[in-house]
Amino acid sequence: MDYTKSGKHISSQFDEELKEVRNAVLSMGGEVEKQLTDALRAIKDSDHELADKVLSNDSKVNSFEMDIDNACTQLIAKRQPTARDLRQIIATFKTIADLERIGDETKRIAGVAKETFSSEQQHLLASLENLGQLVLTMLRTVLDAFARMDTEAALDVHRTDKGIDQQYEAMLRQLMTYMMEDPRSIPKIMDVVFSARSLERIGDRCQNVAEYVIYNVHGKDVRHTTPQSMEDTVRKGR
Amino acid sequence: MTQAQATPQLTVQARNVEVFYGDTQAIKGIDLDVRTNEVLSFIGPSGCGKSTFLRCLNRMNDTIPGCRVTGSIELDGEDIYHPSVDEVLLRARVGMVFQKPNPFPKSIYENIAYGPKLHGLVERKPDLDDVVESSLRRAGLWDEVKDRLQEPGTGLSGGQQQRLCIARTIAVSPEVILMDEPCSALDPIATGIIEELIHDLKEKFTIVIVTHNMQQAARVSDRTAFFHLGELVEVGGTDDLFTNPHNKRTEDYITGRYG
Repeated sequence: MDYTKSGKHISSQFDEELKEVRNAVLSMGGEVEKQLTDALRAIKDSDHELADKVLSNDSKVNSFEMDIDNACTQLIAKRQPTARDLRQIIATFKTIADLERIGDETKRIAGVAKETFSSEQQHLLASLENLGQLVLTMLRTVLDAFARMDTEAALDVHRTDKGIDQQYEAMLRQLMTYMMEDPRSIPKIMDVVFSARSLERIGDRCQNVAEYVIYNVHGKDVRHTTPQSMEDTVRKGR
Repeated sequence: MTQAQATPQLTVQARNVEVFYGDTQAIKGIDLDVRTNEVLSFIGPSGCGKSTFLRCLNRMNDTIPGCRVTGSIELDGEDIYHPSVDEVLLRARVGMVFQKPNPFPKSIYENIAYGPKLHGLVERKPDLDDVVESSLRRAGLWDEVKDRLQEPGTGLSGGQQQRLCIARTIAVSPEVILMDEPCSALDPIATGIIEELIHDLKEKFTIVIVTHNMQQAARVSDRTAFFHLGELVEVGGTDDLFTNPHNKRTEDYITGRYG
């Protein structure tokens, strides 16, 4: 079934309301993506002003979440949605919860950007930047997958997470070596560790969103299953 | 959904059932089983054949001139369209509750007692009293009417009348109860009471219900069958059908989209 070419409801108002919710999720996703982009740039350029902006903008993300929650609650109360409409709303509830948490992680990363790193410590930030770009790509891809309800893309996102986890672990090993070599640098390095940890968590949350996309389209809960069964679900269409 | 029994016991087995009103074919090649002690609901747009099919299950269509039924319908392995079958006895085994409550213009007591007397199920008055009480109790109406059993059944409220009709149906101990939109003339409270009742009744009876209210089908039934243009499009566990229907037509109908 072509998901994007679904028939219209008899109630055009219902169509309108579902569309509004969907658009709001996409706007929220756009805002979160921008927050992460800014947080990473703030770290790279040691831009404290930009970091402050990220910190204050988080409330926008939060209010998106509350507004969409409310709209979904109204839809359930008024329309008693079923089948894919119901799944869209359930997937939306879960997606925006994860997006909001991604926003929180981003805030933590921006907090690190406000620290001052000496010139010898700059290389620590470079590896953070690498990981950050990977995660940012993953976030973009999963938001695209959500926008188009593209389960193949969702599957790709799910696979990418493994690479992110590997890079995160490699980075931890490296950072631990630095800490052993120079204990005075531990507080600063810990900040970097926490940021890396936040990025890794964002990757996990993108993975969650990818799972909701598959649930939304195929009606099958693929959380806590093997990559193979997830792939089967997408290939077989249910 | 925990109804994944390997071989559920079947009360009704319908195979290749077709119904014609004159030259018009109302339903086409329907194969459907009704499992013992389940609530099975039929949904679908007006004119899709769901009521027609329901009426086949106790041969109510026989009363319609020009109506012809082909295929086979078995109740406990017995062909209900076999010439030797007595329709009156069949309808005692497969009772029916209609859209509009239709109590007899008699007392509440007589409404219930009529069937058991007609079928000779009870002879002594105390036994009849017992049947009347237990039927009214099972229909959740006893406490409301026990002091006015001799008053006319038509004096009850709509919801009470419908429960009276359900009590009347169960008084002859049927195996199957067919319900044709039993709540469409009732307010939400009375509807809720009937739905609760359906839930209690399935312990003893097998229930097939036609409803236009999809939320009702979702609430009361174990399995749901979707009919469209005289065909059985999809039948499945209610939990599954309302969250993840397999057929596009089912999906469009239950989500309220243009077909």
